Amino acid sequence: MTPLLQVRGLVKEFQARGGFFRKAAGVRAVDDVTFDVRPGETFGLVGESGSGKTTTGRCILRLIEPTAGEVMFKDLNVRALSASELRRARRHFQIVFQDPYSSLNPRMRVGATVREPLIIHKIGTRDTQQARVRELFELVGLDPAATEKYPHEFSGGQRQRIGLARALALEPSLIVCDEPVSALDVSVQAQVVNLLLDLQKRLGLTYLFIAHDLRLVRQICDRVAVMYRGRIVEIAPAEQLFASPAHDYTKALLSAIPHMDPGQRLPRIPFDGATFAPVGLRQVAEGHFAAV
Amino acid sequence: MANIVTASADTLLRVEGLRTVFSLPDGRDAAAVDGVSFHVGRGETLGLVGESGSGKSVTALSIIRLVMPPGRITAGRVEFEGRNLLELAEEPMRQVRGRRIGFVFQEPMAALNPVYTIGFQIRETLMVHGLARGEAAKKRAIELLEAVRVPDPARRAKEYPHQLSGGLRQRAMMALALAAEPSLLIADEPTTALDVTVQAEVLDLLRELRKTFGLSLLLITHDLGVVAEMADRVCVMYAGRIVEHATVADLFRAPAHPYTRGLLASIPGGRSGERLVAIPGTVPALGRIPRGCAFAPRCADRFEPCDKAVPETTPVAGDGHDVRCYLHSPAPVATRTSS
Repeated sequence: MTPLLQVRGLVKEFQARGGFFRKAAGVRAVDDVTFDVRPGETFGLVGESGSGKTTTGRCILRLIEPTAGEVMFKDLNVRALSASELRRARRHFQIVFQDPYSSLNPRMRVGATVREPLIIHKIGTRDTQQARVRELFELVGLDPAATEKYPHEFSGGQRQRIGLARALALEPSLIVCDEPVSALDVSVQAQVVNLLLDLQKRLGLTYLFIAHDLRLVRQICDRVAVMYRGRIVEIAPAEQLFASPAHDYTKALLSAIPHMDPGQRLPRIPFDGATFAPVGLRQVAEGHFAAV
Repeated sequence: MANIVTASADTLLRVEGLRTVFSLPDGRDAAAVDGVSFHVGRGETLGLVGESGSGKSVTALSIIRLVMPPGRITAGRVEFEGRNLLELAEEPMRQVRGRRIGFVFQEPMAALNPVYTIGFQIRETLMVHGLARGEAAKKRAIELLEAVRVPDPARRAKEYPHQLSGGLRQRAMMALALAAEPSLLIADEPTTALDVTVQAEVLDLLRELRKTFGLSLLLITHDLGVVAEMADRVCVMYAGRIVEHATVADLFRAPAHPYTRGLLASIPGGRSGERLVAIPGTVPALGRIPRGCAFAPRCADRFEPCDKAVPETTPVAGDGHDVRCYLHSPAPVATRTSS
């Protein structure tokens, strides 16, 4: 199957500010990241804070400019696009952010927030745009009569639905979900996750799902890449990754997940970061790659 | 909670009928904590579980009387080491706070002073409580950092909070909380901001400290995984009330309240691509808590009595297992058959 998204040798270096005692130095937040996302799948990108998973997602959308590497979306070379070409291309790949409290403009009615991308991309007339907004509200399980309200009148879960409605307005094929439910209460998380699964089925969406919740990733992702210090250390089908992790870091990470069965605590597998060597991926089983 | 308060002589903390209200902008009072009772035994870990707005953190703040206006405690008792803390004068209360009851928060920067070194802050605590001074305090501070597994403690003692990673800051805060050798440690979401591998280390550490310091632990969290790993008993809170209390084994094996069951079911852990089991609706906001059982509007099992009056706490099968739900207790007046 032709991949929808191909990421090749992606690098992002940040210039660390020189401090009192330190000279300015480059930090590789994303270091030679390569993976494919197939159409219709949910591809998980997991890792701890500082692993580079969020930076990778943003580099792909060019919300921040990568330092090196290639990003192909279908037959579009994303890195080669000019600013205006990029703006036009963005309708095909959208993002849903983690924090539903800061990702919506508090002074804008939520209907206008969802409609904005249609205005920017000059799609339809005022009337058809408003009809589309109501349709989107229904699609994400919100009352279409609520378009005149402001963000503060909604709960966290509802705000995340609004963010999703906005992301869906231009009928994208790829959505980068950056920790879309981690700011929500457990009982609300499940509602939003189910909505994501339903929408994927109905609209044939592809998700790049960035998360730190490994239990959730296991449940909703088809394939998963594990990141550590800016590098992918393992890629595998979700079930396989959890059943037989190959990289020592993955093993440590999985062993740290609290066990939901009291009294059944499994031994932790420690990982010594000092022993980490940035080596390339090699295939350890069908579709299963690890930096070992 | 009738059978929770039949606590033995080994009870360290006993909360009874605690009620903490907040004045709303419209002048009404709304109870964030509404008739909460539980106890913590010596050397025991009690988990207090709930989502945001459940009242779990306000319960903790009420215990040490740090509820800020417009909140205030209007009823109840907090018995700790033989005294009712709610009747204590401010000065002896200050002796309890920090000295007998230690505190660990989700955000360590809230507890650490950014302009003093970690070592200084621990020494200060030791001196204020008259436990050590001078060289002895210096030595003790390093010992404490060592006890919470801070690597190279002598060097770290000379560092400022911003120089430490999130996990190390959490440990530094624990060292600070333990400096005065409290008998009770209240930990409010101690690992929520941490990565899963760091969380695992901090949980292991808490378990170990409990043993070496003979600590009792009141662990407040929204994470049932943390509870499963750490707690002996669990209280589940919803909209200011404890809706279920059980040993950790009973709670996971035989949850009795529909809310507890829903929470457990909503945790991912199934096969790839499967839908999750979701609880519809959201936690009610303070001031909009429904009459009767606060969970009723979201509950698939509700029937007539549920929105009439708050169900009483009723024992169910299990060791001290009880629940506030009409599925398990007789409905007050109108019964199922009346329809």
